[in-house]
Amino acid sequence: MENPEAKKLVSIKNLTLTFNAGKKNEKTALEDVSFDIYEGETFGLVGESGSGKTTLGRTVLKLYSPAGGSIEFDGSDINKMKKKELADFRSKAQMIFQDPQASLNGRLTVSNILGEGLDEAGFTKNKEERRKKVLELLHMVGLNEDHASRYPHEFSGGQKQRIGIARALAVQPKFVIADEPISALDVSVQAQVVNLLAKLQKEQKLTYLFIAHDLAMVKYLSDRIGVLHWGKLVELGTADQVYNHPLHPYTKSLLSAVPVPDPVKEKAHHVKSYDPSFEKDGQERHMVEMEAGHFVLATQEEAAKYKADQN
Amino acid sequence: MQTPILEVKNLEVSFATYAGTIQAIRGVDFQLFEGETLAIVGESGSGKSVTTKTLLGLNAANATVKKGSQILLGNTNLADYKEKDWDQIRGKKIAMVFQDPMTSLDPTMTIGKQIAEPMEKHLGKKAKEAREAALALMKDVGIPDAEEHIDDYPHQWSGGMRQRAVIAIALAAEPDILIADEPTTALDVTIQAQILNILKAQQKKRKMAVIFITHDLGVVADVADRVAVMYAGKIVEKGTVNEIFYNPKHPYTWGLLSSMPTTSTALGSLHAIPGTPPDLLYPPKGDAFANRNAYALKIDHEKQPPFFQVSPTHEAATWLLDKRAPKVVPPEEIQKRQAYWQEHFVKEG
Repeated sequence: MENPEAKKLVSIKNLTLTFNAGKKNEKTALEDVSFDIYEGETFGLVGESGSGKTTLGRTVLKLYSPAGGSIEFDGSDINKMKKKELADFRSKAQMIFQDPQASLNGRLTVSNILGEGLDEAGFTKNKEERRKKVLELLHMVGLNEDHASRYPHEFSGGQKQRIGIARALAVQPKFVIADEPISALDVSVQAQVVNLLAKLQKEQKLTYLFIAHDLAMVKYLSDRIGVLHWGKLVELGTADQVYNHPLHPYTKSLLSAVPVPDPVKEKAHHVKSYDPSFEKDGQERHMVEMEAGHFVLATQEEAAKYKADQN
Repeated sequence: MQTPILEVKNLEVSFATYAGTIQAIRGVDFQLFEGETLAIVGESGSGKSVTTKTLLGLNAANATVKKGSQILLGNTNLADYKEKDWDQIRGKKIAMVFQDPMTSLDPTMTIGKQIAEPMEKHLGKKAKEAREAALALMKDVGIPDAEEHIDDYPHQWSGGMRQRAVIAIALAAEPDILIADEPTTALDVTIQAQILNILKAQQKKRKMAVIFITHDLGVVADVADRVAVMYAGKIVEKGTVNEIFYNPKHPYTWGLLSSMPTTSTALGSLHAIPGTPPDLLYPPKGDAFANRNAYALKIDHEKQPPFFQVSPTHEAATWLLDKRAPKVVPPEEIQKRQAYWQEHFVKEG
């Protein structure tokens, strides 16, 4: 997505988020995070638990209010939106959750789970149209008419996640945040759901923010990737730049820890350790562009060192 | 050939539920040798956890181990054990590390005490002696400043540190066999790498045999000497780790290996196994994988395949290995792996 003509759909600038601000247990979950998501791309976000990746996803959907910085969606600041604009944003930006069991209402039939969103967005003029739209959604995610009258508990994990996807897409969003959408699924079903996500993106020109801890899956799906550590974006680049030419020592350590399904390679390989203490030395660090589109959080000296390490 | 320290023969386990009898384990055979790591791979419901729980007599009350099942530890058949007999086995001969370190630790007891307890119980150590040994063990599994933290409670620790404590408890009574059931699934990759290294180092030091249960093939490649692939309550393929990863024969193993992207898989080329596993309330007549198997033959739907020997250490239960079966071309990912096999493991001539 280095195409300069690509349109920015989401633009995050200097985003800072603090939990329990002003209290003893104040915690800065995100600090000065900036990046853009272009229309039609998949932006992957990786990081360990506690890095702030889920918080970031939720903030972009206006589920948390940031302490500083701005988030623009389609050119307007989501935290300054008025009622009507906000309702429009809510249907344009949707979320697929990790646990399809917990995120589907167990007392509603699939047809009502999907219909709710359709009604809210005003897509249904009458019962017949609602039924038709629900069926379209089911077909789109590889389910069929028989499934419409059933309840969530009657489905397998993979099928439930298909329903979760159909629900997110019911209101015809442009932007979908998928927060660990496959980590609760069986290995053999994960690939089905990932392929479905890729297919839907192509068909409906969706833009994804894909959050996951499975680094191989993120690499597989994403055009560009951001690496979060302790609430800061430490590296940003195309999937190839970040995975094959990582700059930041944290990214290097994280990638080296991913076990590969290749015994000869895996048994010979060592994990690079990472000492994060230098991050707290008080020096100011900025995102430095090392090559077109490839940024690393560093001081000028560090940037020079990272560059030298790479050659 | 070595004699195995544990041998499981024709294990069948079923669960009585309100909906009927679930045949969770449908005839499992394997051997475990001293000092080795056997990985059992499979998805949820394949029976990998039930298999290992059966080895420790930990199944729920509605479980039945079928008569004729054998779990031979030396000369004793654990399949015949009553609840009172298990004390001699659990923790002492066979110990277990569970997936979730939070729920497998006692929140009301200090960590030092939890590690010392099996030593007092199984090794006859006095309290003071056991505390000393617990401290040494905490250092062994890489818990920093162990002296300061021996009287901490589990909630004061992070997930990775807790899992180290769980490992220390499992090692406390010096078992011959350690079962690790998804021990790193709840952890971040960097912590996972540390825990795997600790397990490997302790195994080497103590010459323990390890049964490692996981669905992560990357982890299997890292830790395993031999691999058993389970599907729908049966082992469908077993072999050395190199045989399974570079020369797999069962279409389910093919599917698993091709449905995991590596960091070089191009978008659009990820293979997905269609459908979902069968319901073991009504186990299928033929090969349980047949309905999801693009390579299924007619006989797969009718008759369960026997094991076909591929090498002295490698066997797979698929009709594709029968002499009469048509030759098939495996998925691209598998062809690449087989090419590697030909080049590196098959001697010329």
